Amino acid sequence: MSLDRPLTRNVRADKSPTYFTAYEANGGYLGLRAALGKLSPDECLKIITDSNLRGRGGAGFSTGMKWSFVPKKGDSTGHRYLICNADEMEPGTFKDRLLMECDSHQLIEGMILSAYTIQADVAYIFIRAEYPYATKILREAIAESYANGYLGNDILGSGFNLKLYVHVSAGRYICGEETALISALEGKRANPRAKPPFPQVSGLWGRPTIVNNVETLCNIPHIIERGADWFKSLGITEDAGTKLYGVSGRVKNPGCWELPMGTSIREILEQHAGGMEDGYQFRGLLPGGASTDFLVEEHLDLAMDYETIAKAGSRMGTGTMIILDDKTCPVGFVKNLVAFFARESCGFCTPCRDGLPWSTQVLNELELGRGRKEDMATLAHHVSFIGDMGNTHCALAPGAMEPLGSAIKYFREDFESHITNGCCSYAVQESEVIT
Amino acid sequence: MPIIQIDGQEHEVDTGQNILQACLSLGLDLPYFCWHPSMGSVGACRQCAVVQYQHAEDEHGRIVMACMTPVTEGALFSLTGDKAQRFREGIVEALMLNHPHDCPVCAEGGECHLQDMTVMVGHRDRKYRGKKNTHHNQYLGPLIHHEMNRCITCYRCTRYYNDYAGGTDLAAMAAHDHIYFGRHEEGVLESEFAGNLVEVCPTGVFTDKPLVHEYTRKWDLQSAPSICTSCAVGCNTSPGERYGKLKRIHNRFNADVNGYFLCDRGRFGANFVNSVNNLNYPGSRTEDGRFNALDQQQALLKMAEACDTNNIAGIGSPRASVEANYLLRTLVGADNFAPGFSDVEQPLVELALTIQQSSSAMIADIKNIESADAILILGEDVTNTAPRIALALRQSVRNKAYELAADLGLESWQDSAIRTLAQNQRSPLFIATVGDSRLDDVAEERFNLAPDDIARLGFAVAANIAGEANLGSDDELQQKAKNIAKALKNAKRPLIISGTSCGNSALMESAAQVTQALCNADKQPLPLLSMIVAEANSLGQAMLISDNAVSLSDLTARACAGALETLVVLENDLYRRGKEKDINELLENITNVIVIDGLDNRTLSASSLALPAANFAESEGTLVSMEGRAQRHYPVYLPNAQRRASWHWLLACLKQMGRDEVTEIECFDDITQACATQNSSLSGITTAAPNHQFRNIGVKIPRQTHRYSGRTAMRADISVHEPKQPVDKETPLAFSMEGLNRSQPGSLLPFVWAPGWNSNQSLHKFQSEVGGQLKLKGGTAGTRLLQATDNSNNIALFESPAAFKALKGQWQMVPRHKIYGSDELSVHSPAIAKLVRPAFVEINASDAKKLGVNDGDGVDLNDNKGDKLTTLEVSINDSIATGCVGYSVGFIATENLLAGESLVLSKAENWSPSESQQAVSSGVSDV
Repeated sequence: MSLDRPLTRNVRADKSPTYFTAYEANGGYLGLRAALGKLSPDECLKIITDSNLRGRGGAGFSTGMKWSFVPKKGDSTGHRYLICNADEMEPGTFKDRLLMECDSHQLIEGMILSAYTIQADVAYIFIRAEYPYATKILREAIAESYANGYLGNDILGSGFNLKLYVHVSAGRYICGEETALISALEGKRANPRAKPPFPQVSGLWGRPTIVNNVETLCNIPHIIERGADWFKSLGITEDAGTKLYGVSGRVKNPGCWELPMGTSIREILEQHAGGMEDGYQFRGLLPGGASTDFLVEEHLDLAMDYETIAKAGSRMGTGTMIILDDKTCPVGFVKNLVAFFARESCGFCTPCRDGLPWSTQVLNELELGRGRKEDMATLAHHVSFIGDMGNTHCALAPGAMEPLGSAIKYFREDFESHITNGCCSYAVQESEVIT
Repeated sequence: MPIIQIDGQEHEVDTGQNILQACLSLGLDLPYFCWHPSMGSVGACRQCAVVQYQHAEDEHGRIVMACMTPVTEGALFSLTGDKAQRFREGIVEALMLNHPHDCPVCAEGGECHLQDMTVMVGHRDRKYRGKKNTHHNQYLGPLIHHEMNRCITCYRCTRYYNDYAGGTDLAAMAAHDHIYFGRHEEGVLESEFAGNLVEVCPTGVFTDKPLVHEYTRKWDLQSAPSICTSCAVGCNTSPGERYGKLKRIHNRFNADVNGYFLCDRGRFGANFVNSVNNLNYPGSRTEDGRFNALDQQQALLKMAEACDTNNIAGIGSPRASVEANYLLRTLVGADNFAPGFSDVEQPLVELALTIQQSSSAMIADIKNIESADAILILGEDVTNTAPRIALALRQSVRNKAYELAADLGLESWQDSAIRTLAQNQRSPLFIATVGDSRLDDVAEERFNLAPDDIARLGFAVAANIAGEANLGSDDELQQKAKNIAKALKNAKRPLIISGTSCGNSALMESAAQVTQALCNADKQPLPLLSMIVAEANSLGQAMLISDNAVSLSDLTARACAGALETLVVLENDLYRRGKEKDINELLENITNVIVIDGLDNRTLSASSLALPAANFAESEGTLVSMEGRAQRHYPVYLPNAQRRASWHWLLACLKQMGRDEVTEIECFDDITQACATQNSSLSGITTAAPNHQFRNIGVKIPRQTHRYSGRTAMRADISVHEPKQPVDKETPLAFSMEGLNRSQPGSLLPFVWAPGWNSNQSLHKFQSEVGGQLKLKGGTAGTRLLQATDNSNNIALFESPAAFKALKGQWQMVPRHKIYGSDELSVHSPAIAKLVRPAFVEINASDAKKLGVNDGDGVDLNDNKGDKLTTLEVSINDSIATGCVGYSVGFIATENLLAGESLVLSKAENWSPSESQQAVSSGVSDV
């Protein structure tokens, strides 16, 4: 049993799923047995709060604090919900898939413990439709858990009941936003909701609800079993635990690895991803998915944790980096991302719905060599108009502007040369052109 | 009340408001799109952005949406700072990317909120070089025109149509900048309140289709304050006229009656005033049965001559003004005046008045109705008998949601948050009607019973509230009654609704009994009671007559006895009030039948002297609504041809005859005054609106806008000389652009318009917030004639009727009202006519089986003597109680049927729907 890689200890080289017997044989459900009937929900909450676990979906909010906003159950009746956000739609991100496909019982155990802590009686796994294999494995694992008394009524004789359902998303990136996810789960348009009230108070069907990312929930059994101090000791820097880091782009060994929180970018890129492919030079990277700001050469020695990356002007996000090389046009790269976000806008608020297609249109003009000088001002205006927090209804649009704003900052000469030269000097892929 | 700072200026604002409301209340111009005073905030358009500063030293501040930000003591904002202004300009710029800029051909142009906001934010130069998105438009029926390309995606339409009005067939579809608001497939919009989309949409996506076909810009419309005449609710309207034609009806805000919304019958049904069947000239019948046109003076002389007899009677009308009815009653004498109801309806309307006059409950206006948190409806299919009330009830059932929201500290304007929180939890609404209704989807429970059984349910509820022993041994009924009683007792503000539409007095009495039982439980605030009557002035008519007024059958008896020489019929088609043979008998036995009416009908055709009456849009009059609110309507334009207001004809006739009663009466206001003096129930009508001497800061109130154009051009085919504008001696309004349309009393607001605010959104410039409720600065229009009285001892106790038993071989006729079809005048509006379905009878499947008929078959309706009254198409409806037959009221094919009578039914052989019963086809041809 590998104590320094708790999340991926059951991940085999061939990525085959871990079923119930193997999971339990390898120490699974010990956290659950340690808690149910022995620890009160409040005691569980204290352990999670003390562990300094932060949400692994991208925002990095303290999990214990999030849970603490759920009203105390008291005498109140009615359902309370736990939702696992398995709608892993962030471009370049594939860490939750690994956890669900290779060790689904770890997620289930985490969900049972989390539900117990917030006293939820119904839980959902909201999974993206493009993960049919993970869906199948989760459903099999859930059936096993029911059969073995870990789900259903009176779990382990503790009196705690939990129903767990898998809901396959009908699609759309915005479903990864927790309130949009709740709307979608209710069968409504996947529009984000205004906050307050927060889902902890009025979430699914208007009831107290917690939404957590797959990786966050997978950490719970280990923290409950081994304690907050153990968890904190795993991280290199202030932020606790381990993290699934991933790298995609023109590197020798793209992939996903569980490493101590705070591992440096350079170590991830050069040791684990094997460095750049031959013939390609590193130009920049998006540290945690498409909706984070570019980092460049000067940032390579930074620790990949929430605080350090935030100080550098970006976000760690999902921790799965996308690498920009010297043979890829940054303008085309960004255009591709902004076009994605424009298409995935729910269409609720104006700056996002109408602003993003406009940014896409301008970037496309640049790529086609039809850019004008004033386009740089338009893009700069968009970065603030669409991207400033509070200007839009949710965080999709600000996220969409992070790669654009930072690309203009770090690769401005590329943008300007498109305009002055009247063409893109990189090899433009036909398929990328929007006419 | 908190004090906030806006651009360095301190302002005291109302607690519980958001910043947008606060700014608008302060008279500040802050652009917005998605917020609506009735629908609250969702933060979609981002147009009302302001900068909020955390503290005095905060130099940057951050953008917040004013509509989503509650007022808090000491909060600091900037409206006019660069950052906020630039952002708001950016929003309009973004909204306009795909807008077609087709203002010159858009029906919204000139009263477009998008135009106003675009100008207000200062957006001018277009930087976007891309292509515009385009959409297909849909056929949405004869009322609403659809032009999706103009959409700015504010979501007001679906929020109104679905969330507010309970519609299900309009949706936001697709995503990102392809959002489409429409139906899943083309077709007539199902909601009876779809017309409000015209006013809710801030641009030209949903426009008034009849107006589009006969278009006039807002600035060229002549308007006057008016009252809708299509039911008894008395919604306030603002009709617009050009070229002597009514072009459209807009809502006229009245906080206590219609708020911001009208029903489609009211909005589109008023077009009957343009009908080709209008009577334009007086005429007298010649011996060969044809009519000879007369001029006004000739007609008057003939009338005066015929009326100079003691053997005279008059039939008034619940759709005519108090003043006209009063003068007719004066002309013929109180003992010879029938109010013009059918024999079945007359005692019911009188009962409705008595119950309300003697009730200790609060007689509910719509604002009260919206405050109710438990409702029992006894007998009324509200959507079809008083439509605007149904829209209000959809808001009442949301009080549960507001209660839950208050527990969480959510302000009532937090629209989506409150809907999320409450989901399907509603305040209880119990509906007991003869068949299904359009409010069933929000009802806690519905009971479809025979009218007498509805009454029994009501009486059982009353007994239960009063804690009395069970009546009878009907356990099921008692159990139902117990649940209802419990909900009503537990409510803060219970509401009981009943009315005359079932033709059954017992169920109205049971409603009175329930209400009184609640009042006896010392509820505060007072429980609410609402009695629905049929027509715009039904209640006023009941107030005008004495207790034992003559009825139609009394007059028929007199006529048959040869005791009547002259009959004056005021705005009333008698064939809608009784069986054909009875009306024929009445009219055939009288020499002089003088009919004053505006639209051709069978009674008019049977007259010996016909006088053309001006309609509501051409005349002034006072109407008393179902809640006892006296309200005044004013001429929007002068009557065409030789039409004159009915009161005008009657006054002239009385003067011609030299009658003493009118020596002091010189103008319309004098009639109102005389009526009020002589009739204590109506004494309040003089204060319904200011009299003709009222001047607004010294000047009259203009019917025309400042930009009214083409006064010479519009009649240049006749003469290029512009005639002097007509002088209005009867009202404080002028047929002119001159005057002051500002700060006048609420009853005198012809249209809304303010600098920079050309659309109906300018209304907020005429409103102020009083105690958390928006009201017109000039006060709420109308005077309430009914007050809650504390005389519980005087209340008559009513008896519960016996249970309904189906008679073998006979069926009880139960009225089924239809919003489109049951009302006399609105069906003459071409757009409404397209929505009228064929006349029908409804029976449940087991009764249909007994009769051997299926959906679409014909059925003969015969009286006990075997005489066939009519043949109608069968519609199977399992909500109709066994032994009852629902029939479409007010249709030509059902005029011979009476509510509550028992008829013999048989399958009609070789029957096919006749032309007259067919709905007018509403194909795509009227796009």
